[in-house]
Amino acid sequence: MYEDDLRQMIGRVQRGMLSRRGFVKRMAALGLTAPMATQLLAITGAAPAAAQTSSAYRPTRRGGGGQLKILYWQASTLLNPHFGSGTTNQDASRVFYEPLAGWNTDGTLHPILAAEVPSIENRGLTEDGRSVTWKLKRGVKWHDGQDFSADDVVFNWEYAKNPAVAAVTSGSYRDVNVVKVDDYTVRVEFNQPTPFWADAFVAAVGGIIPKHLFKDYAGANARDAPTNLRPVGTSAYKFVSFAPGDNLRAELNPNYHLDNRPYFDTLEIKGGGDAVSAARAVLQTGDYDYAWNMQVEDAILKRLEAAGRGKVNIVDGGGIEFVQLNCTDPNQEVDGERSSIKTEHPAFRDPAVRQAMALLIDRNALEQFIYGRGGPATANFLNNPPRFRSPNMRWEFSIQKANDVLDAAGWARGGDGIRAKNGVRLKFLFQTSVNAPRQRTQAIYKQAAQRAGIELELKSVTASVFFSSDVANPDTYTKLYADMQMYTTTMPQADPERFMNQYTSAEVSSKANNWQGRNIVRWRNAEYDRIFSEAQGELDPVKRAALFIRMNDLVVSSNHIIPLVKRPTVSASLNTLHPVLSAWDGTTWLLSDWWRDA
Amino acid sequence: MAGSTLASATVSAAAPRPRIGPWQEAWRRFRKHRLAVISTGVLGALILAVVIGPLVWTLPIDEIDFSAQLQGPSWAHPLGTDDLGQDLLARILYGGRISLAVGFAAMAVAIFVGVLVGAIAGMAGGAVDAALMWLTDLFLSLPQLPLLLLIIYLFRDTLTALVGLELGVFIMVVAVIGGFRWMPAARLVRAQFLSLREKEFVEAARALGASRPRLVLRHILPNALGPVIVAASIDVAAAIIAESTLSFLGLGFPPDVPTWGRLLFDAKDNLDFAPHWALFPGAAIFLTVLSINYIGDGLRDALDPRRIISA
Repeated sequence: MYEDDLRQMIGRVQRGMLSRRGFVKRMAALGLTAPMATQLLAITGAAPAAAQTSSAYRPTRRGGGGQLKILYWQASTLLNPHFGSGTTNQDASRVFYEPLAGWNTDGTLHPILAAEVPSIENRGLTEDGRSVTWKLKRGVKWHDGQDFSADDVVFNWEYAKNPAVAAVTSGSYRDVNVVKVDDYTVRVEFNQPTPFWADAFVAAVGGIIPKHLFKDYAGANARDAPTNLRPVGTSAYKFVSFAPGDNLRAELNPNYHLDNRPYFDTLEIKGGGDAVSAARAVLQTGDYDYAWNMQVEDAILKRLEAAGRGKVNIVDGGGIEFVQLNCTDPNQEVDGERSSIKTEHPAFRDPAVRQAMALLIDRNALEQFIYGRGGPATANFLNNPPRFRSPNMRWEFSIQKANDVLDAAGWARGGDGIRAKNGVRLKFLFQTSVNAPRQRTQAIYKQAAQRAGIELELKSVTASVFFSSDVANPDTYTKLYADMQMYTTTMPQADPERFMNQYTSAEVSSKANNWQGRNIVRWRNAEYDRIFSEAQGELDPVKRAALFIRMNDLVVSSNHIIPLVKRPTVSASLNTLHPVLSAWDGTTWLLSDWWRDA
Repeated sequence: MAGSTLASATVSAAAPRPRIGPWQEAWRRFRKHRLAVISTGVLGALILAVVIGPLVWTLPIDEIDFSAQLQGPSWAHPLGTDDLGQDLLARILYGGRISLAVGFAAMAVAIFVGVLVGAIAGMAGGAVDAALMWLTDLFLSLPQLPLLLLIIYLFRDTLTALVGLELGVFIMVVAVIGGFRWMPAARLVRAQFLSLREKEFVEAARALGASRPRLVLRHILPNALGPVIVAASIDVAAAIIAESTLSFLGLGFPPDVPTWGRLLFDAKDNLDFAPHWALFPGAAIFLTVLSINYIGDGLRDALDPRRIISA
């Protein structure tokens, strides 16, 4: 059907015969989500990609809202958006640093430091998809009183793309060129037509840090910058104090660049504890206003909600709980690093073993008995927006079939019931973070594996260690010094490009990049790399979607990645609080617009 | 008895009084401590249960059954089930083996080191005493948790490679807990030694030509053991708790090994609607600790020859 219909419809929008909303609705009926549909309109010049209203913000003056208390049961450890590996660090940085634009939950862009969202009409976008011109908001001041300008934006590009800085955001910056047009205009130029232009300077990777405080730390000494722990940003709340791994305090910024904002006088983000106590602190006792990431068995949440103080917010996005089967050997040390890509995993290199592992996890039980509303079972790694969801993948739970597969591949049971072949035993170290649903999942997996002659040795690492970016610690998830591991990865944008780059060869996590690479499972596939770079330049949204579906199918059918359940963002808030949440951006993306019923 | 010499000469042929050894005497005294006797029974029952229980109650500890989630006690599951429908009785019996073994082994390590250091310091005096007490103070002032993390990171992999995972973790946990709890015992023993070695009976023994080891082993140590035994009984309890702390941090036994501490940790989120899950392992720890404390009490009374026990 597709391309012609689409072009006709876009034409009707352009001629004013079809409303923008009507277009988005029709697209949704065709399986094209709002985010992509609006991007489509933007790129063809039919409408601005910005939504009319992001939030129903009602307070009529700045301040007066008292204290806002947020609980993050994984505490943040540093406050630089370019070093924030893990959601907690990104969200904590975002309290102080703002990007040019963020993502609304409907997938549209919301301008923050940009004066407007680039589009064809305002000549922010070009027809060939090779550049984006951002007009910056005027009169924005850093918390220390200095003016924000295009120089800061350009500096962020130089900073993030510098390999010596080893920024986690480097992937968004190293392949683009950024030019200062004038003091309040910057142009991002691409080497090839780029359909997803809203990456650099947008949302989680886009937090702008001040040039005047970081310019002396823009090389190998980047980690030593005092401002990494004492941020000076442009946001609605300015820094008061920070205890890494514990709590973060901020106060109202009286010079914030938006009227009547923020509502709260002070802000506290308390870190640590565990998800269940966090849920209790909001839903049961009301000690806190908001608790992030309620990774709690749904049965418990439902019981707590019955107290009537607070509610559970479920926002469907791209988050996914999945298992990684290490491609490399975690027990062999090469050049001072284990799980080096110079090695190969002795058991997982056999596709039969991986297939058996994928057959041995009962996703249905996970959804039904553990995760509930917070975790629908899925066979895909890439689940949202729906137009990128592959129809080709199926999941199955069958111990019998796993046994057959292993028998056929020659893995025979030894005297202790564990299968082995050529001296390699199917005994795997399975690590994850300390978290009740994950330990339950481990137990379920272990039992099924045992029946197929595979022994899983379980290990749980406390979350603040597991997800830390501490280079010296062997138990972090980016090191993957285990045969397999399980965690949730989130999708920070309404487009899968930055999400699916985590399986490209260039992103392999290794000692050379301080384990900052996003390809943690260290899976390398030439076809995947090729399709990925093709998708990066494909302007036709339909072909592009097909490419991403193919990528999903490649990585999922390799079985090095075993998707378990989708993880919509589940959070808890008091009934009186009005948080502005987005499926496509961090929790704190629009903290300036949070308010509370008086 | 020595004073009652008025025995009639006519009954001189009566059977001689059975000679009562010190251990028999201790047992006689111990029996008089009613709570200690009951506690011995309780602890014995617990040990017996965890040793032979899994042979009798043969339900597997990790059989997942979602149709039996969070059930209260029933005939099929006398102590109920957890949120995966696993049988709690089987898990408590199995976990008890580990918890008790860790508790007693760690206690043994702590007491052995403590008595050794305390005895040497107390007997030697002078520079050796001062050095050993500095060592004790040093250990007391070390921040335990960071050090534990360090030790475990350094040695876990080597040890598990050497003797296998569960035994490796067992040795490590016992060594680590025992290695950080000997200081109070060492101080107690030293204090006892300092006062006892000046006592008349020790002087008498020395005057009779008793060698130093004999003095220590036969005369001073038995008299110094009372407070040590009480300290040891507290150590068992502390070791059981410490093991669960380590498991919680992800450093002890793997999360699927249902030690009592781990069971409690897993149960805590469900305390308000599945109390049985926490109550039974909690009760097991409680009974163990309490009975060990009472037995310690009884033993102290029984082993202290200077103590008068009314009949």
